[in-house]
Amino acid sequence: MSALGSLFVREMKLATRVGGGALMGALFFLIVVTVVPFGVGPDLNLLARIGPAILWIGALLATLLSLDRLFQVDRDDGGLDLILMGETPLELVVLVKCLAHWTATGLPLVVASPLLAVFMNMEPLAIGATSLTLLVGTPALTFVGAIGAALTVSLRRGGLLLAILVLPLTVPVMIFGVSAATAAVQDPVPFATPFSILAALGLFSMVLGPIAGAAALRFAGD
Amino acid sequence: MSTRVKRLFGRSLSLDRGGRRVLDDLSFEAVAGSALVVTGANGAGKSTLLRLVAGLLKPIAGELGLDGGDPELSIPQQCHYFGHADALKPQLSVEENLGFWRSFSGVVDLDVAEALDRVGLARLASLPAAYLSAGQRRRLAFSRLLVTKRPIWLLDEPTSALDAASEARLMEIVGEHLAGEGLVVAATHLALPFERMDSLRLGPAVVEAA
Repeated sequence: MSALGSLFVREMKLATRVGGGALMGALFFLIVVTVVPFGVGPDLNLLARIGPAILWIGALLATLLSLDRLFQVDRDDGGLDLILMGETPLELVVLVKCLAHWTATGLPLVVASPLLAVFMNMEPLAIGATSLTLLVGTPALTFVGAIGAALTVSLRRGGLLLAILVLPLTVPVMIFGVSAATAAVQDPVPFATPFSILAALGLFSMVLGPIAGAAALRFAGD
Repeated sequence: MSTRVKRLFGRSLSLDRGGRRVLDDLSFEAVAGSALVVTGANGAGKSTLLRLVAGLLKPIAGELGLDGGDPELSIPQQCHYFGHADALKPQLSVEENLGFWRSFSGVVDLDVAEALDRVGLARLASLPAAYLSAGQRRRLAFSRLLVTKRPIWLLDEPTSALDAASEARLMEIVGEHLAGEGLVVAATHLALPFERMDSLRLGPAVVEAA
């Protein structure tokens, strides 16, 4: 198996075994979305209107929650040193780690979102649109978050700093994600415009994240 | 064209760590087939020197060079670094841990079962690494050097946490690497019984102000 293939397999194994935290994000997402109807009250129209936004906020927080350990575990056990020394380009290592992280923590959020959308009294079209925007948008959150994870890799309890660093960069993703999801149900605004920008943000961060993350990891080696 | 590694050398290397000069105008030479044993007190810069050769720290002055070897690869890419950290994942089994490094790190050598047999962990292959003792973790980490082929071995306190039998076994493996014209740089504060060795003594650590 190729170096990157075996890295992906290992990351998936680590995420899904005991203590891996793959389902932690999904559970956190569940908690956030479940408590909102209790807090807001049984106003079904209001819930349906704010539903996409709540799902997006929940997904954003759940993604940030699990990101701080992305590179830190490897740094703590010395594995990062060996990866830095190796022949595999660090950018590709970061890319593969992000893809594995998204598959283990981001994809479950997308899968869970239609069910949780029912809690928010959203109509089928809105549910479909929100899940689609999450599918396109959550990888962008992971890739942008990887930059923060790489920058804070040498800090103990860097999770909070990571959230502060990364949050401003994830705001555009959330804005276009939510506006595309609401545009699908409200007539005057076209769905395609914000959705294309969301997809562009995703592709942009997929390039920027690994390059910036790798640069930060090289710098943190010292 | 790749050739046999002949010599690893450093010329007037200087390096600062946390505002303190750790290596000052240090020159050394390690020849293939003979171990360079780096000794010195705690804090003298033994690990720093190894991390410098491994490319994990950058010198502020001086240069590192290699005679022979693969010109396509950098020096760190031809080094095995066996440091204090084990690079083991507790959730993965012994063979999964080793198998990952085998497929991740380039030119393969022994297969996983053979390497585990060499370090005496064959019976524990399917056990999660979390259940290993300190010495077993060390041996598993060392077996990483056997599954992929790299000419330069950087060993940082290789025998720490090992019992006498494991230490002898490890020294035997390092001896074989040297016999095959491999290059070894070992940092240690113990007397390691290499057949052919050169030594490099690093100066005393700067005494911290009381």
